[in-house]
Amino acid sequence: MTAPYGREQRPVLEVVDLVKTYGEGETAVHALAGVSMTVAPGDYVAIMGSSGSGKSTLMNIVGCLDVPTSGTYRLDGVDVSELNESQLALVRNRRIGFVFQSFNLIARTSALANVELPLAYAGIKPAVRRERALAALDMVGLANRADHDPNQLSGGQQQRVAVARALVSQPALLLADEPTGNLDSRSTSDVLSILDGLNAQGRTIVLITHEDEVAAHAHRTIRLVDGVIVSDIRRRDITPVGAMA
Amino acid sequence: MSIFEIFGFALRGVSANKLRSGLTVLGILIGVAAVILLVAVGNGSAKQVEDSLAALGTNTLTVQGGRGGDTGYRTDLTLDIVKALQDRESAPDVKSVSPVVNSAQTLTFGDASYDVNAVIGTYPSYFAASNSVIASGSGFTEEDVDQAARVVVLGPTTAEELFGTTVDPVGQRIGIAGQIYSVIGVLARKGSTGFNDPDDVAIAPLPAVQRSLTGYGPVSSITVEAVNADAVAAAKAEITAILNAKMHVADGASSTPYQIRDASQLLETRTATAETFTVLLGAVAGISLVVGGIGITNIMMVSVTERTREIGIRKALGAPRRVILSQFLIEATLLSLLGGGLGVAAALIGANFEIVGIKPVIMPDSVVLALGVCVAIGLFFGSYPASRAAGLRPIDALRYE
Repeated sequence: MTAPYGREQRPVLEVVDLVKTYGEGETAVHALAGVSMTVAPGDYVAIMGSSGSGKSTLMNIVGCLDVPTSGTYRLDGVDVSELNESQLALVRNRRIGFVFQSFNLIARTSALANVELPLAYAGIKPAVRRERALAALDMVGLANRADHDPNQLSGGQQQRVAVARALVSQPALLLADEPTGNLDSRSTSDVLSILDGLNAQGRTIVLITHEDEVAAHAHRTIRLVDGVIVSDIRRRDITPVGAMA
Repeated sequence: MSIFEIFGFALRGVSANKLRSGLTVLGILIGVAAVILLVAVGNGSAKQVEDSLAALGTNTLTVQGGRGGDTGYRTDLTLDIVKALQDRESAPDVKSVSPVVNSAQTLTFGDASYDVNAVIGTYPSYFAASNSVIASGSGFTEEDVDQAARVVVLGPTTAEELFGTTVDPVGQRIGIAGQIYSVIGVLARKGSTGFNDPDDVAIAPLPAVQRSLTGYGPVSSITVEAVNADAVAAAKAEITAILNAKMHVADGASSTPYQIRDASQLLETRTATAETFTVLLGAVAGISLVVGGIGITNIMMVSVTERTREIGIRKALGAPRRVILSQFLIEATLLSLLGGGLGVAAALIGANFEIVGIKPVIMPDSVVLALGVCVAIGLFFGSYPASRAAGLRPIDALRYE
């Protein structure tokens, strides 16, 4: 199941025999029933599966929002299961950028402030933070909307702000959970082209989707059925990390 | 992440729902204002008691009888006793002795009638002894007493109730229990003690009152003025000796058929009463402050529940537990401090007005205490919702709908 990554580099993400069970005894549901996979730096992975296949559970565990019932998970070589709560908060802050299906921007807070938030939690000085947040907004083409509140932005724009927020802290891994699930086709292509561009610069991206057109943007597609990986197909080579801006 | 930035988040949280925050602040405001103002009212009434009793003169003694002794002799306060007390030989420290009878009566003037608190029958020396100053007209004289003249000096409250503000009472004729009296003077205002109004009186010569109202029985009390404030104790001893002799009280008897009270004693009891009153008021107001605090908990719980998703997002972005905890604690403290500050302001404004006839006197302690309690309330009542928010698992918080 392990994809070849062909370079002498440590994988960004490595899960081994991951199991997640909800409930106990006869009513127990195995959301993940032993998933193992490795994602190399610069890879662009789409995880597909029907609803209930365990793809969101996998994403939550990979994003350190949830803990597996068993199995190991190494992020950038660090065994995440051994971290305490405050260390996990640090990992979420520094190593992972999240893009959610429902945008999850903080209401009544400007786009700029939303993008600054991870940097604020990282303890970066306001001036530097502002500069980097503006640069990130510029990257998603929304520098002119920096002062707008989320409810003044379209869905596509909100998701682009969310992408800016996810990449502003220069995370090792960008996770996107159905990032285009709530978007129209034009916004979908906007957001996907941003993700493509980020990957082209060497950013590692894992996204969840159930749409083939979205998955087609990725270089590699992993299919989950009933909590196990049934296929892992690589279509393109890993983007060389050296290209990272 | 500096505390100022967390403060910024908290401020945004508070201002996000202005109506709700405003109502919570109102709860605390009422609590704090009530504590400060009610304590100030209690304090003000204590101060008034003090002032009015001090104005009453600290060198007066009041002898009260009617405590049926077991001496086998007459123990009533009679004019005979009054004469004995006036004896310069045996009571050198006594300046004046004024017997007092009083009865509650209805005064009439034309069609107007007024139930006066007390019609006092006494001697002219009573005016000096009770610190009663004639504001207009004159007091009555010894001759008026000798002739049992039907003249009366009214307290300012009584005069106003009976005559209104347009008619000059002096020279008017009024009816007291069907007898016609001439008003010859009006007293200056002493101010209320909060319990009874010393300005609500009608003072007339003793024999006149006895003849027309109370009968020639014993007097209700005797007001004795000592020559000066230092001589009060000596005067008291002399009075005691005379009374014991007159009433045949045995030496060392455990109880006496009379009671001598001096103003300082009166002051102490009244002040103690007023202090109890203050504590009681403060306690009642304190309860409303606690209710306000529970309001904060309630609102913070609602706020945490409502913003569970936001908390989830913040946690997903790497907000440490400490930051979330501080944010909600600061929000709660901000609400209570805001309420506290406005409450203090409201109390300071309210203290400019008379409340139930009492001018409130703000105690600085109560302001400091109320504000301190406010911060404590914010921290205490905010800590449960805040720790609940901080303890949420990110995935649960994010999934919350």
